[in-house]
Amino acid sequence: MQQPSPVPDSAAPLVDVVDLSVRFVSKDATVHAVNGVSFQLTAGEVLCILGESGSGKSVTMRALLRLLPETARISGQVRVDGRDVIAMAGNELARLRGGVASMIFQEPMTALDPVFTVGQQIAETIVRHEGTSWAEAEKRGLELLELVQIPSAKRRLASYPHELSGGLRQRAMIAMALSCRPRLLLADEPTTALDATVQIQILLLLRRLQEDLGMGVIFVTHDLGVAGEIADRVAVMYAGRFIETGPVVDLMEGPLHPYTQGLLGSTVHGGMRGQRLTAIPGSPPSLSELPTGCAFAPRCPQAMDVCQTSEPTERKPRPDRTARCVLVEESIQAA
Amino acid sequence: MSDTPRTRVQGTQGRSVLLDVRGLRKHFPIRGGILNRVIGTVQAVDNVSFAVREGETLGIVGESGCGKSTTARLLMHLIEPDDGTITFDGRVVDKRDRAALRDMRRVLQMVFQDSYSSLNPRLPIEETIAFAPWVHGIPKREARDRAHRLLGAVGLEPATFARRYPHELSGGQRQRVNIARALALEPRVVVLDEPVSALDKSVEAQVLNLLVDLKDAFRLTYVFISHDLNVVQYVSDRVLVMYLGKVVEVGPVDQIYANPRHPYTRALLASRPSMNPRQRTTEAPLTGDPPNPINPPSGCRFRTRCAFAEGVCSTAEPRLAASDAVGGGLDAHMVACHMLAPDSGHSKTVLASNTA
Repeated sequence: MQQPSPVPDSAAPLVDVVDLSVRFVSKDATVHAVNGVSFQLTAGEVLCILGESGSGKSVTMRALLRLLPETARISGQVRVDGRDVIAMAGNELARLRGGVASMIFQEPMTALDPVFTVGQQIAETIVRHEGTSWAEAEKRGLELLELVQIPSAKRRLASYPHELSGGLRQRAMIAMALSCRPRLLLADEPTTALDATVQIQILLLLRRLQEDLGMGVIFVTHDLGVAGEIADRVAVMYAGRFIETGPVVDLMEGPLHPYTQGLLGSTVHGGMRGQRLTAIPGSPPSLSELPTGCAFAPRCPQAMDVCQTSEPTERKPRPDRTARCVLVEESIQAA
Repeated sequence: MSDTPRTRVQGTQGRSVLLDVRGLRKHFPIRGGILNRVIGTVQAVDNVSFAVREGETLGIVGESGCGKSTTARLLMHLIEPDDGTITFDGRVVDKRDRAALRDMRRVLQMVFQDSYSSLNPRLPIEETIAFAPWVHGIPKREARDRAHRLLGAVGLEPATFARRYPHELSGGQRQRVNIARALALEPRVVVLDEPVSALDKSVEAQVLNLLVDLKDAFRLTYVFISHDLNVVQYVSDRVLVMYLGKVVEVGPVDQIYANPRHPYTRALLASRPSMNPRQRTTEAPLTGDPPNPINPPSGCRFRTRCAFAEGVCSTAEPRLAASDAVGGGLDAHMVACHMLAPDSGHSKTVLASNTA
């Protein structure tokens, strides 16, 4: 038998991000899209990054695969499956993308190639990454379409993306993302463009696939309900920072940060008829001119003088929860 | 904005009908082939009837392709119906009656989903708002004063915002400008087509609060179109559920949400993500996507996705009828399903009337 390695694989997180910052520098302005994000994802865990437009949630996720334009300045440390993504050369990156980690997008019509059939696109990925024969790859393609529950899969393999409905297209994209059995699936609002009755189907499919295949999933969404259906853990993002993280039940039942509280209060759901919505005043800050101090302070009903001057540090009221707000007490004893 | 709980106008029953739509139909031909012949039709809206009372909010809900936006455009006469009548305040609006059309366009205004493309990028927002009153003969200075008042009413300080251009505003601010623009001609009815769908959640709540305030302040009637069931429940007095160009269910909001009768309405409501992570959805209520509105299924258009579909559903089209003995009139809960029609021949009809 082989000697066990000194650090067993299961202990190493699938994703390890330390102090990630992303800036987009142009002549006119510097956009601070991500400002010091740190987190870990273990294999088989579903993390939802919840935030509004311009909060930096998609940029954070794309940085994990370095899917960012040339103008992006990335700093900090990003390790996926133990490998340093920031230091990777081009061919290594190409192996990572679609191999160990793959991604699904909001709009499948723009993410799929319109001039190739679904089958060709899936087979190409498999041939490229695993060097199998084309016939072998096409056979796998059929299995994958059945895995994502596409009816009459054989016929659909020969379909072009425009011939599929929105829900089927999204399933085809998921099949393609899963074609090389990734350990990490990145999902960027994959259900936002879908109808309500289709969205729930895709969410349940993703949840089942994640459990069956044991993938780690990072799921970006702006919808609390979607996070509630799929997340193990939620990270709430505001102005490029994780302002609160925690297990999904705890976070939705007892939000700590005033922004998360506001978000829960302003999300319309059943039984709110006739009540006034507790809206968060104002709008999110511009990422090219962030306020000093807490970025949420200008909209915060509980802001104090200290919030205007210094950026609150991350507090850990419980071992599995963090919040960046001066109102949150650091727990005394480490559990 | 005050934080006092809003008192809902409970009794809109006695109010008069402001907008009456009967048998509205719009089919879009699809041309193709070398001779550019009609090769199919999109049956966007097919025999849709409803009424809107003065002072109420009618919510129209449905998935993509159900015809809700086409209905809005037909109401505004942005497109002409193939068939059917629209009566506004007792007067039939017809494109041949130019005067009636012009009057109706003034008192019926619309707010679109995309706040950016519905504003002129080359005009400061005060001029965008003042434009329509000026065209309708109000002196320029007066029109501008009105624009400033409206900016104040939608929560944008005129001194700060009046001279700004659309690109200088956030999405929520732009939607406020659109609302102010829609109110500039002192309309009686505002058709809101997905007015908050493009906004972030925190801003969505602000705009919904604003819409509620404005409705009271300007005594407006709303037709509120959205795919978001929660938002429709929040704003509406009555709700119209559409599927593939047909009305499948209509009734008072509490009836529709607490006691949905049509299988599609039930599935749609059950498809909402659970807000409680302890009780997640375990099974998708429906499979597949909504079918293409080109050549929709015969009989009941929902039958291809319905768990209760039988032979009768493919041969006969269900009529919209009162689902229970509560009575007719505008507050009736109406459903178009063979299971709720006693003499339809569907095997579940008896069961349905027992549970009613």
